[in-house]
Amino acid sequence: MLKDITLGQYFPGNTIVHRLDPRTKLLAVMLYIVALFNAKSVLTYGIMAFVLALSIKVSGVKLKALTRGLKPVYIIVAFTAIMNLFFTDGTPLADVWLLRSITFEGLRQAIYMVLRIVMLIMGTFLVTYTTSPISLTDGLESLLAPLKKLHLPVHELAMMMSIALRFIPTLIEETDKIMSAQKARGADFETGSIFQRAKALVPILVPLFISAFRRADELATAMECRCYHGGDGRTALHVLHYHKRDILVLIGFVLLAAGIITLKILGL
Amino acid sequence: MTMATMIETKDLTFYYPAEEGRAATPALREVTVSVEKGSFVAVLGHNGSGKSTLAKHMNAVLLPSNGKVYVEGCDTCDEKLLLEIRRRVGMVFQNPDNQIVANVVEEDVAFAPENLGVPTAEIRRRVDEALAAVGMSEYAVHAPHLLSGGQKQRIAIAGVIAMEPECIVLDEATAMLDPVGRREVLSTIGKLNRELGITVVLITHHMNEAQQADRVIVMNDGCVAMDGTPREIFARVEELRQLGLAAPHTVELMEELNREGMALPLDAITVEECADAICRELGMA
Repeated sequence: MLKDITLGQYFPGNTIVHRLDPRTKLLAVMLYIVALFNAKSVLTYGIMAFVLALSIKVSGVKLKALTRGLKPVYIIVAFTAIMNLFFTDGTPLADVWLLRSITFEGLRQAIYMVLRIVMLIMGTFLVTYTTSPISLTDGLESLLAPLKKLHLPVHELAMMMSIALRFIPTLIEETDKIMSAQKARGADFETGSIFQRAKALVPILVPLFISAFRRADELATAMECRCYHGGDGRTALHVLHYHKRDILVLIGFVLLAAGIITLKILGL
Repeated sequence: MTMATMIETKDLTFYYPAEEGRAATPALREVTVSVEKGSFVAVLGHNGSGKSTLAKHMNAVLLPSNGKVYVEGCDTCDEKLLLEIRRRVGMVFQNPDNQIVANVVEEDVAFAPENLGVPTAEIRRRVDEALAAVGMSEYAVHAPHLLSGGQKQRIAIAGVIAMEPECIVLDEATAMLDPVGRREVLSTIGKLNRELGITVVLITHHMNEAQQADRVIVMNDGCVAMDGTPREIFARVEELRQLGLAAPHTVELMEELNREGMALPLDAITVEECADAICRELGMA
Protein backbone atom coordinates (compact mmCIF):
# COMPACT_ATOMS: atom_id res chain seq x y z
CA MET A 1 0.00 0.00 0.00
CA LEU A 2 2.92 2.34 0.58
CA LYS A 3 4.46 1.60 -2.77
CA ASP A 4 2.51 4.10 -4.87
CA ILE A 5 3.82 7.26 -3.30
CA THR A 6 5.10 9.13 -6.35
CA LEU A 7 6.43 12.20 -4.57
CA GLY A 8 9.98 12.84 -5.65
CA GLN A 9 10.05 9.78 -7.85
CA TYR A 10 12.63 9.81 -10.57
CA PHE A 11 12.71 7.69 -13.72
CA PRO A 12 16.32 7.56 -14.89
CA GLY A 13 16.86 8.07 -18.60
CA ASN A 14 19.13 9.72 -21.09
CA THR A 15 16.85 11.88 -23.22
CA ILE A 16 17.33 15.57 -23.94
CA VAL A 17 14.83 16.34 -21.20
CA HIS A 18 16.89 14.33 -18.70
CA ARG A 19 20.10 16.01 -19.76
CA LEU A 20 18.80 19.56 -19.48
CA ASP A 21 20.19 21.59 -16.62
CA PRO A 22 17.81 21.33 -13.62
CA ARG A 23 17.66 25.11 -13.47
CA THR A 24 16.45 25.20 -17.06
CA LYS A 25 13.73 22.73 -16.24
CA LEU A 26 12.65 24.66 -13.16
CA LEU A 27 12.54 27.96 -15.05
CA ALA A 28 10.81 26.33 -18.01
CA VAL A 29 8.12 24.83 -15.81
CA MET A 30 7.55 28.22 -14.17
CA LEU A 31 7.14 29.86 -17.58
CA TYR A 32 4.88 26.99 -18.59
CA ILE A 33 2.69 27.62 -15.52
CA VAL A 34 2.53 31.35 -16.27
CA ALA A 35 1.46 30.54 -19.83
CA LEU A 36 -1.05 27.96 -18.61
CA PHE A 37 -2.77 30.43 -16.32
CA ASN A 38 -3.06 32.92 -19.15
CA ALA A 39 -4.62 30.46 -21.56
CA LYS A 40 -8.27 31.37 -21.98
CA SER A 41 -9.32 29.98 -25.33
CA VAL A 42 -9.42 26.84 -27.42
CA LEU A 43 -6.42 28.05 -29.42
CA THR A 44 -4.24 28.82 -26.42
CA TYR A 45 -5.18 25.62 -24.60
CA GLY A 46 -4.41 23.80 -27.82
CA ILE A 47 -0.93 25.31 -27.94
CA MET A 48 -0.32 24.39 -24.29
CA ALA A 49 -1.50 20.83 -24.83
CA PHE A 50 0.78 20.55 -27.84
CA VAL A 51 3.80 21.79 -25.86
CA LEU A 52 3.05 19.37 -23.02
CA ALA A 53 2.52 16.44 -25.37
CA LEU A 54 5.76 17.23 -27.19
CA SER A 55 7.69 17.45 -23.90
CA ILE A 56 6.26 14.12 -22.72
CA LYS A 57 7.08 12.50 -26.05
CA VAL A 58 10.68 13.74 -26.01
CA SER A 59 11.20 12.80 -22.34
CA GLY A 60 10.21 9.18 -22.95
CA VAL A 61 8.17 9.19 -19.72
CA LYS A 62 5.20 6.88 -20.03
CA LEU A 63 1.80 8.57 -20.00
CA LYS A 64 0.66 5.95 -17.51
CA ALA A 65 3.24 7.09 -14.98
CA LEU A 66 1.97 10.65 -15.31
CA THR A 67 -1.68 9.73 -14.93
CA ARG A 68 -0.81 7.62 -11.90
CA GLY A 69 0.64 10.75 -10.35
CA LEU A 70 -2.76 12.39 -10.85
CA LYS A 71 -4.54 9.87 -8.65
CA PRO A 72 -4.33 11.82 -5.39
CA VAL A 73 -5.86 14.92 -7.00
CA TYR A 74 -8.82 13.24 -8.71
CA ILE A 75 -11.10 14.45 -5.92
CA ILE A 76 -9.89 18.03 -6.21
CA VAL A 77 -10.33 17.92 -9.97
CA ALA A 78 -13.84 16.51 -9.67
CA PHE A 79 -14.74 19.04 -6.99
CA THR A 80 -13.50 21.98 -9.08
CA ALA A 81 -15.34 20.70 -12.10
CA ILE A 82 -18.65 20.38 -10.21
CA MET A 83 -18.30 23.77 -8.54
CA ASN A 84 -17.67 25.46 -11.86
CA LEU A 85 -20.38 23.50 -13.56
CA PHE A 86 -23.13 24.55 -11.15
CA PHE A 87 -22.06 27.91 -9.87
CA THR A 88 -21.24 29.87 -13.00
CA ASP A 89 -23.81 32.38 -14.16
CA GLY A 90 -24.98 32.38 -17.77
CA THR A 91 -27.42 30.68 -20.10
CA PRO A 92 -28.76 27.34 -18.85
CA LEU A 93 -28.09 24.27 -21.01
CA ALA A 94 -31.75 23.27 -21.21
CA ASP A 95 -34.96 23.86 -19.31
CA VAL A 96 -35.19 20.45 -17.68
CA TRP A 97 -34.46 19.46 -14.08
CA LEU A 98 -30.72 19.61 -13.19
CA LEU A 99 -29.65 20.97 -16.55
CA ARG A 100 -31.35 24.24 -15.57
CA SER A 101 -28.57 25.00 -13.09
CA ILE A 102 -25.79 24.12 -15.53
CA THR A 103 -24.80 26.92 -17.86
CA PHE A 104 -22.89 26.87 -21.12
CA GLU A 105 -20.36 29.19 -19.50
CA GLY A 106 -20.11 26.86 -16.53
CA LEU A 107 -19.50 23.86 -18.74
CA ARG A 108 -16.74 25.65 -20.60
CA GLN A 109 -15.24 26.92 -17.38
CA ALA A 110 -15.31 23.41 -15.86
CA ILE A 111 -13.56 21.86 -18.85
CA TYR A 112 -10.89 24.57 -18.83
CA MET A 113 -10.33 24.23 -15.10
CA VAL A 114 -9.94 20.47 -15.29
CA LEU A 115 -7.55 20.81 -18.22
CA ARG A 116 -5.59 23.46 -16.37
CA ILE A 117 -5.14 21.38 -13.21
CA VAL A 118 -4.31 18.20 -15.12
CA MET A 119 -1.80 19.97 -17.36
CA LEU A 120 -0.30 21.81 -14.41
CA ILE A 121 0.31 18.60 -12.51
CA MET A 122 1.55 16.70 -15.53
CA GLY A 123 3.97 19.49 -16.39
CA THR A 124 5.44 19.71 -12.91
CA PHE A 125 5.58 15.93 -12.52
CA LEU A 126 7.43 15.70 -15.80
CA VAL A 127 10.20 17.77 -14.20
CA THR A 128 10.46 15.63 -11.06
CA TYR A 129 10.24 12.44 -13.12
CA THR A 130 13.14 13.44 -15.35
CA THR A 131 15.39 15.14 -12.78
CA SER A 132 17.16 13.29 -10.00
CA PRO A 133 16.24 14.72 -6.59
CA ILE A 134 19.86 15.70 -6.02
CA SER A 135 20.15 17.78 -9.16
CA LEU A 136 16.70 19.22 -8.49
CA THR A 137 17.82 20.52 -5.10
CA ASP A 138 21.14 21.65 -6.58
CA GLY A 139 19.17 23.55 -9.21
CA LEU A 140 16.90 25.13 -6.60
CA GLU A 141 19.84 26.12 -4.47
CA SER A 142 21.56 27.72 -7.41
CA LEU A 143 18.42 29.53 -8.60
CA LEU A 144 17.65 30.85 -5.13
CA ALA A 145 21.28 31.79 -4.43
CA PRO A 146 20.63 35.53 -4.91
CA LEU A 147 18.26 35.37 -1.92
CA LYS A 148 21.25 34.57 0.31
CA LYS A 149 21.92 38.30 0.27
CA LEU A 150 18.62 38.70 2.12
CA HIS A 151 19.93 36.21 4.72
CA LEU A 152 17.58 33.51 3.55
CA PRO A 153 19.08 30.10 4.51
CA VAL A 154 19.08 28.85 0.91
CA HIS A 155 21.75 26.18 1.35
CA GLU A 156 20.14 24.88 4.53
CA LEU A 157 16.75 24.65 2.81
CA ALA A 158 18.23 22.73 -0.12
CA MET A 159 20.09 20.41 2.26
CA MET A 160 16.94 19.77 4.27
CA MET A 161 15.03 19.00 1.11
CA SER A 162 17.60 16.55 -0.20
CA ILE A 163 17.83 14.80 3.18
CA ALA A 164 14.04 14.58 3.36
CA LEU A 165 14.03 12.97 -0.09
CA ARG A 166 16.84 10.64 0.92
CA PHE A 167 14.89 9.43 3.97
CA ILE A 168 11.55 8.83 2.24
CA PRO A 169 12.38 5.20 1.32
CA THR A 170 13.99 4.55 4.71
CA LEU A 171 10.96 5.83 6.60
CA ILE A 172 8.54 3.97 4.33
CA GLU A 173 10.43 0.78 5.06
CA GLU A 174 10.31 1.55 8.75
CA THR A 175 6.56 2.26 8.62
CA ASP A 176 6.01 -1.10 6.96
CA LYS A 177 8.01 -2.79 9.70
CA ILE A 178 6.14 -1.05 12.50
CA MET A 179 2.81 -1.90 10.86
CA SER A 180 3.76 -5.56 10.62
CA ALA A 181 4.86 -5.54 14.24
CA GLN A 182 1.59 -3.97 15.37
CA LYS A 183 -0.44 -6.33 13.19
CA ALA A 184 1.40 -9.28 14.69
CA ARG A 185 0.17 -8.07 18.05
CA GLY A 186 -3.40 -7.86 16.84
CA ALA A 187 -3.70 -4.27 15.65
CA ASP A 188 -6.42 -3.75 13.06
CA PHE A 189 -5.87 -1.07 10.41
CA GLU A 190 -8.38 -2.18 7.80
CA THR A 191 -11.79 -2.35 9.42
CA GLY A 192 -13.95 0.04 11.38
CA SER A 193 -15.11 3.58 10.76
CA ILE A 194 -12.75 6.20 9.42
CA PHE A 195 -12.25 7.51 12.98
CA GLN A 196 -11.37 4.10 14.31
CA ARG A 197 -8.91 3.62 11.49
CA ALA A 198 -7.35 7.03 12.09
CA LYS A 199 -7.04 6.16 15.76
CA ALA A 200 -5.34 2.88 14.85
CA LEU A 201 -2.60 4.91 13.17
CA VAL A 202 -1.45 6.44 16.46
CA PRO A 203 0.55 3.37 17.51
CA ILE A 204 2.33 3.60 14.15
CA LEU A 205 3.03 7.30 14.22
CA VAL A 206 4.43 7.44 17.74
CA PRO A 207 7.28 4.93 17.22
CA LEU A 208 7.85 6.33 13.74
CA PHE A 209 8.35 9.84 15.09
CA ILE A 210 10.58 8.67 17.91
CA SER A 211 12.79 6.76 15.52
CA ALA A 212 12.85 9.66 13.07
CA PHE A 213 14.15 11.96 15.80
CA ARG A 214 16.77 9.40 16.79
CA ARG A 215 17.82 9.05 13.17
CA ALA A 216 18.04 12.82 12.79
CA ASP A 217 20.30 13.03 15.81
CA GLU A 218 22.62 10.30 14.54
CA LEU A 219 22.67 11.75 11.04
CA ALA A 220 23.62 15.17 12.37
CA THR A 221 26.57 13.65 14.26
CA ALA A 222 27.62 11.64 11.21
CA MET A 223 27.45 14.78 9.04
CA GLU A 224 29.57 16.72 11.50
CA CYS A 225 32.08 13.89 11.53
CA ARG A 226 32.36 14.34 7.79
CA CYS A 227 33.26 17.98 8.28
CA TYR A 228 29.87 19.46 7.46
CA HIS A 229 29.81 23.07 8.59
CA GLY A 230 27.09 24.72 6.56
CA GLY A 231 27.18 25.93 2.98
CA ASP A 232 30.22 28.19 3.24
CA GLY A 233 33.12 27.10 1.08
CA ARG A 234 31.39 23.96 -0.16
CA THR A 235 32.28 22.62 -3.56
CA ALA A 236 30.35 20.08 -5.61
CA LEU A 237 30.99 16.79 -7.35
CA HIS A 238 28.60 17.78 -10.11
CA VAL A 239 28.82 21.42 -11.11
CA LEU A 240 25.85 22.80 -13.03
CA HIS A 241 26.56 24.16 -16.49
CA TYR A 242 24.20 25.82 -18.95
CA HIS A 243 24.58 24.35 -22.44
CA LYS A 244 23.34 25.55 -25.78
CA ARG A 245 20.26 23.31 -25.49
CA ASP A 246 19.37 24.96 -22.18
CA ILE A 247 19.41 28.39 -23.75
CA LEU A 248 17.31 27.19 -26.69
CA VAL A 249 14.73 25.57 -24.42
CA LEU A 250 14.55 28.66 -22.22
CA ILE A 251 14.07 30.93 -25.26
CA GLY A 252 11.34 28.57 -26.41
CA PHE A 253 9.46 28.77 -23.13
CA VAL A 254 9.87 32.56 -22.85
CA LEU A 255 8.36 32.82 -26.35
CA LEU A 256 5.58 30.46 -25.32
CA ALA A 257 4.62 32.53 -22.27
CA ALA A 258 4.90 35.79 -24.20
CA GLY A 259 2.89 34.34 -27.08
CA ILE A 260 0.07 33.09 -24.88
CA ILE A 261 -0.15 36.42 -23.03
CA THR A 262 -0.22 38.29 -26.35
CA LEU A 263 -3.01 36.05 -27.63
CA LYS A 264 -4.92 36.69 -24.39
CA ILE A 265 -4.59 40.44 -24.83
CA LEU A 266 -5.71 40.13 -28.42
CA GLY A 267 -8.70 38.20 -27.15
CA LEU A 268 -8.00 35.06 -29.15
CA MET B 1 59.39 4.39 20.57
CA THR B 2 59.81 4.14 16.84
CA MET B 3 56.26 4.76 15.68
CA ALA B 4 54.55 8.13 15.79
CA THR B 5 51.44 8.57 17.89
CA MET B 6 48.11 8.99 16.11
CA ILE B 7 45.76 9.52 19.02
CA GLU B 8 46.63 10.06 22.62
CA THR B 9 44.40 10.49 25.66
CA LYS B 10 45.74 11.81 28.92
CA ASP B 11 43.77 11.19 32.13
CA LEU B 12 40.59 11.40 30.07
CA THR B 13 37.52 11.58 32.28
CA PHE B 14 34.04 12.10 30.94
CA TYR B 15 30.66 12.56 32.58
CA TYR B 16 27.41 12.42 30.65
CA PRO B 17 24.98 15.08 31.85
CA ALA B 18 23.41 13.67 35.03
CA GLU B 19 19.71 13.25 35.51
CA GLU B 20 17.96 15.63 37.87
CA GLY B 21 18.89 14.96 41.49
CA ARG B 22 21.43 12.25 40.74
CA ALA B 23 25.16 12.27 41.04
CA ALA B 24 26.88 11.79 37.69
CA THR B 25 28.93 8.66 37.37
CA PRO B 26 31.84 9.00 34.99
CA ALA B 27 31.62 7.09 31.71
CA LEU B 28 35.40 7.27 31.46
CA ARG B 29 37.79 7.45 34.40
CA GLU B 30 41.27 8.84 33.82
CA VAL B 31 41.89 6.86 30.68
CA THR B 32 45.39 7.21 29.30
CA VAL B 33 45.97 5.35 26.07
CA SER B 34 47.81 6.08 22.87
CA VAL B 35 47.21 4.67 19.42
CA GLU B 36 50.25 4.31 17.19
CA LYS B 37 50.15 5.46 13.60
CA GLY B 38 49.42 2.66 11.14
CA SER B 39 48.29 0.24 13.82
CA PHE B 40 45.05 -1.72 14.03
CA VAL B 41 43.59 -1.45 17.50
CA ALA B 42 40.46 -3.24 18.66
CA VAL B 43 38.63 -1.85 21.67
CA LEU B 44 36.49 -4.45 23.42
CA GLY B 45 34.06 -4.21 26.26
CA HIS B 46 30.53 -5.10 27.24
CA ASN B 47 27.68 -2.57 27.06
CA GLY B 48 28.31 0.48 29.20
CA SER B 49 32.04 -0.16 29.54
CA GLY B 50 32.81 3.22 27.99
CA LYS B 51 34.25 1.95 24.70
CA SER B 52 31.92 4.01 22.51
CA THR B 53 32.41 7.07 24.68
CA LEU B 54 36.15 6.67 24.25
CA ALA B 55 35.71 6.39 20.47
CA LYS B 56 33.64 9.57 20.32
CA HIS B 57 36.48 11.47 21.97
CA MET B 58 38.85 10.51 19.20
CA ASN B 59 37.44 13.03 16.72
CA ALA B 60 35.94 15.57 19.07
CA VAL B 61 32.32 14.43 18.86
CA LEU B 62 32.58 14.48 22.65
CA LEU B 63 34.98 16.70 24.53
CA PRO B 64 36.64 15.57 27.76
CA SER B 65 35.22 16.70 31.11
CA ASN B 66 38.73 16.38 32.48
CA GLY B 67 42.04 15.52 30.90
CA LYS B 68 43.06 15.89 27.27
CA VAL B 69 42.79 14.14 23.93
CA TYR B 70 45.38 14.78 21.24
CA VAL B 71 45.10 13.84 17.57
CA GLU B 72 48.61 13.96 16.18
CA GLY B 73 49.40 16.59 18.76
CA CYS B 74 46.24 18.66 18.11
CA ASP B 75 44.14 19.27 21.21
CA THR B 76 40.52 18.25 20.45
CA CYS B 77 39.25 21.11 22.64
CA ASP B 78 40.72 23.66 20.24
CA GLU B 79 37.79 24.73 18.10
CA LYS B 80 40.00 26.13 15.36
CA LEU B 81 41.40 22.66 14.75
CA LEU B 82 38.02 20.93 14.76
CA LEU B 83 37.66 20.45 10.99
CA GLU B 84 41.26 19.31 10.62
CA ILE B 85 40.86 16.80 13.46
CA ARG B 86 37.67 15.42 11.93
CA ARG B 87 39.33 15.19 8.54
CA ARG B 88 42.23 13.23 9.99
CA VAL B 89 40.09 10.90 12.09
CA GLY B 90 37.05 9.64 10.23
CA MET B 91 34.28 7.84 12.04
CA VAL B 92 31.90 5.12 10.92
CA PHE B 93 28.81 4.51 13.06
CA GLN B 94 26.61 1.57 13.85
CA ASN B 95 23.56 2.19 11.69
CA PRO B 96 24.48 2.63 8.02
CA ASP B 97 21.07 4.14 7.24
CA ASN B 98 21.65 7.04 9.59
CA GLN B 99 24.95 8.14 8.14
CA ILE B 100 24.24 8.13 4.43
CA VAL B 101 23.32 11.65 3.39
CA ALA B 102 22.63 11.51 -0.33
CA ASN B 103 20.43 9.30 -2.46
CA VAL B 104 23.11 8.41 -4.97
CA VAL B 105 26.14 6.45 -3.77
CA GLU B 106 28.79 8.64 -5.40
CA GLU B 107 27.11 11.82 -4.16
CA ASP B 108 27.26 10.44 -0.66
CA VAL B 109 30.94 9.56 -0.93
CA ALA B 110 31.54 13.08 -2.26
CA PHE B 111 29.85 14.68 0.75
CA ALA B 112 32.94 15.08 2.93
CA PRO B 113 35.28 16.43 0.23
CA GLU B 114 32.50 18.83 -0.82
CA ASN B 115 32.35 20.10 2.74
CA LEU B 116 36.12 20.50 2.76
CA GLY B 117 35.99 22.65 -0.37
CA VAL B 118 38.01 20.25 -2.52
CA PRO B 119 37.98 21.22 -6.24
CA THR B 120 35.56 19.30 -8.47
CA ALA B 121 38.16 17.30 -10.44
CA GLU B 122 39.87 16.25 -7.23
CA ILE B 123 36.54 15.20 -5.69
CA ARG B 124 35.92 12.99 -8.74
CA ARG B 125 39.31 11.32 -8.30
CA ARG B 126 38.81 10.79 -4.56
CA VAL B 127 35.30 9.38 -5.02
CA ASP B 128 36.48 6.91 -7.66
CA GLU B 129 39.46 5.84 -5.56
CA ALA B 130 37.44 5.52 -2.37
CA LEU B 131 34.80 3.40 -4.08
CA ALA B 132 37.51 1.22 -5.62
CA ALA B 133 39.18 0.82 -2.21
CA VAL B 134 36.00 -0.62 -0.69
CA GLY B 135 35.16 -2.62 -3.83
CA MET B 136 31.96 -0.73 -4.61
CA SER B 137 32.89 0.98 -7.89
CA GLU B 138 30.12 -0.73 -9.84
CA TYR B 139 27.50 0.74 -7.50
CA ALA B 140 28.58 4.38 -7.99
CA VAL B 141 25.23 5.53 -9.36
CA HIS B 142 22.99 3.21 -7.32
CA ALA B 143 20.48 4.32 -4.72
CA PRO B 144 21.92 3.48 -1.28
CA HIS B 145 18.64 2.23 0.19
CA LEU B 146 18.63 -0.68 -2.27
CA LEU B 147 22.00 -2.01 -1.07
CA SER B 148 22.61 -4.63 1.62
CA GLY B 149 23.75 -3.67 5.12
CA GLY B 150 27.36 -4.64 4.47
CA GLN B 151 27.39 -2.70 1.20
CA LYS B 152 25.91 0.38 2.87
CA GLN B 153 28.53 0.21 5.56
CA ARG B 154 31.27 -0.04 2.90
CA ILE B 155 29.79 3.09 1.29
CA ALA B 156 29.99 4.80 4.68
CA ILE B 157 33.64 3.75 4.91
CA ALA B 158 34.26 5.08 1.38
CA GLY B 159 32.65 8.36 2.47
CA VAL B 160 35.24 8.58 5.22
CA ILE B 161 38.19 7.53 3.03
CA ALA B 162 37.31 10.33 0.61
CA MET B 163 38.49 12.76 3.30
CA GLU B 164 41.90 11.06 3.01
CA PRO B 165 42.04 10.52 6.76
CA GLU B 166 44.99 9.13 8.68
CA CYS B 167 42.75 7.15 10.98
CA ILE B 168 39.33 5.50 10.86
CA VAL B 169 37.36 4.81 14.00
CA LEU B 170 34.60 2.22 13.61
CA ASP B 171 32.11 2.62 16.42
CA GLU B 172 30.41 -0.80 16.51
CA ALA B 173 30.13 -0.52 12.74
CA THR B 174 29.51 -4.24 12.39
CA ALA B 175 26.93 -4.62 15.17
CA MET B 176 23.88 -4.38 12.91
CA LEU B 177 25.22 -6.52 10.09
CA ASP B 178 24.66 -10.15 9.20
CA PRO B 179 27.71 -12.47 9.15
CA VAL B 180 28.30 -11.87 5.42
CA GLY B 181 28.13 -8.09 5.82
CA ARG B 182 30.41 -8.27 8.84
CA ARG B 183 32.99 -10.22 6.89
CA GLU B 184 32.83 -7.71 4.01
CA VAL B 185 33.42 -4.79 6.33
CA LEU B 186 36.20 -6.47 8.30
CA SER B 187 38.13 -7.53 5.22
CA THR B 188 37.71 -4.01 3.79
CA ILE B 189 39.16 -2.30 6.86
CA GLY B 190 41.92 -4.90 7.11
CA LYS B 191 42.88 -4.06 3.53
CA LEU B 192 42.80 -0.31 4.18
CA ASN B 193 45.07 -0.79 7.17
CA ARG B 194 47.57 -2.96 5.31
CA GLU B 195 47.58 -1.31 1.90
CA LEU B 196 46.94 2.36 2.62
CA GLY B 197 48.51 2.40 6.06
CA ILE B 198 45.39 3.92 7.61
CA THR B 199 45.25 3.58 11.38
CA VAL B 200 42.16 1.62 12.41
CA VAL B 201 40.38 1.73 15.75
CA LEU B 202 37.69 -0.93 15.82
CA ILE B 203 35.15 -0.68 18.62
CA THR B 204 33.30 -3.97 19.00
CA HIS B 205 31.94 -6.49 21.40
CA HIS B 206 32.65 -9.42 19.11
CA MET B 207 35.83 -11.15 20.21
CA ASN B 208 36.35 -12.78 16.83
CA GLU B 209 36.57 -9.39 15.13
CA ALA B 210 39.52 -8.45 17.29
CA GLN B 211 41.62 -11.32 15.93
CA GLN B 212 43.03 -9.37 13.02
CA ALA B 213 44.06 -6.44 15.24
CA ASP B 214 47.66 -5.75 16.30
CA ARG B 215 46.50 -4.74 19.71
CA VAL B 216 43.45 -5.24 21.89
CA ILE B 217 42.28 -2.83 24.57
CA VAL B 218 39.60 -4.16 26.91
CA MET B 219 37.46 -1.54 28.60
CA ASN B 220 35.52 -2.08 31.80
CA ASP B 221 33.60 0.44 33.87
CA GLY B 222 35.23 3.42 32.19
CA CYS B 223 38.78 2.17 32.64
CA VAL B 224 41.28 0.23 30.55
CA ALA B 225 41.12 -3.26 32.03
CA MET B 226 43.51 -5.07 29.68
CA ASP B 227 45.85 -3.98 26.92
CA GLY B 228 48.00 -6.23 24.76
CA THR B 229 48.21 -8.29 21.59
CA PRO B 230 45.21 -10.48 20.76
CA ARG B 231 47.18 -13.60 21.74
CA GLU B 232 48.07 -12.23 25.15
CA ILE B 233 44.56 -11.00 25.85
CA PHE B 234 42.62 -14.03 24.65
CA ALA B 235 44.74 -16.39 26.69
CA ARG B 236 43.42 -14.69 29.84
CA VAL B 237 40.09 -16.49 29.51
CA GLU B 238 39.07 -16.25 33.18
CA GLU B 239 39.69 -12.51 33.41
CA LEU B 240 37.72 -11.90 30.23
CA ARG B 241 34.84 -13.90 31.59
CA GLN B 242 34.79 -11.79 34.74
CA LEU B 243 34.54 -8.68 32.56
CA GLY B 244 31.47 -10.10 30.86
CA LEU B 245 33.29 -11.05 27.68
CA ALA B 246 33.74 -14.43 26.09
CA ALA B 247 37.04 -15.48 24.55
CA PRO B 248 36.95 -16.52 20.88
CA HIS B 249 35.40 -19.94 20.30
CA THR B 250 38.79 -21.47 19.51
CA VAL B 251 40.25 -20.38 22.84
CA GLU B 252 37.08 -21.46 24.68
CA LEU B 253 37.37 -24.90 23.10
CA MET B 254 41.02 -25.29 24.06
CA GLU B 255 40.35 -24.10 27.58
CA GLU B 256 37.57 -26.68 27.99
CA LEU B 257 39.91 -29.37 26.67
CA ASN B 258 42.61 -28.24 29.09
CA ARG B 259 40.16 -28.62 31.93
CA GLU B 260 39.67 -32.20 30.79
CA GLY B 261 43.36 -32.83 31.16
CA MET B 262 44.97 -31.69 27.90
CA ALA B 263 47.76 -29.14 27.82
CA LEU B 264 47.01 -26.81 24.92
CA PRO B 265 48.58 -23.38 24.44
CA LEU B 266 45.83 -20.74 24.71
CA ASP B 267 47.49 -18.37 22.26
CA ALA B 268 46.36 -20.27 19.19
CA ILE B 269 43.57 -17.98 18.10
CA THR B 270 42.78 -18.81 14.51
CA VAL B 271 40.86 -21.95 13.59
CA GLU B 272 43.93 -23.38 11.80
CA GLU B 273 46.27 -22.73 14.72
CA CYS B 274 43.75 -24.26 17.08
CA ALA B 275 43.40 -27.38 14.93
CA ASP B 276 47.18 -27.72 14.66
CA ALA B 277 47.60 -27.37 18.41
CA ILE B 278 45.01 -30.03 19.12
CA CYS B 279 46.52 -32.40 16.53
CA ARG B 280 49.96 -31.91 18.02
CA GLU B 281 48.66 -32.60 21.51
CA LEU B 282 46.96 -35.77 20.29
CA GLY B 283 50.15 -36.80 18.59
CA MET B 284 48.60 -36.75 15.14
CA ALA B 285 50.84 -34.11 13.61
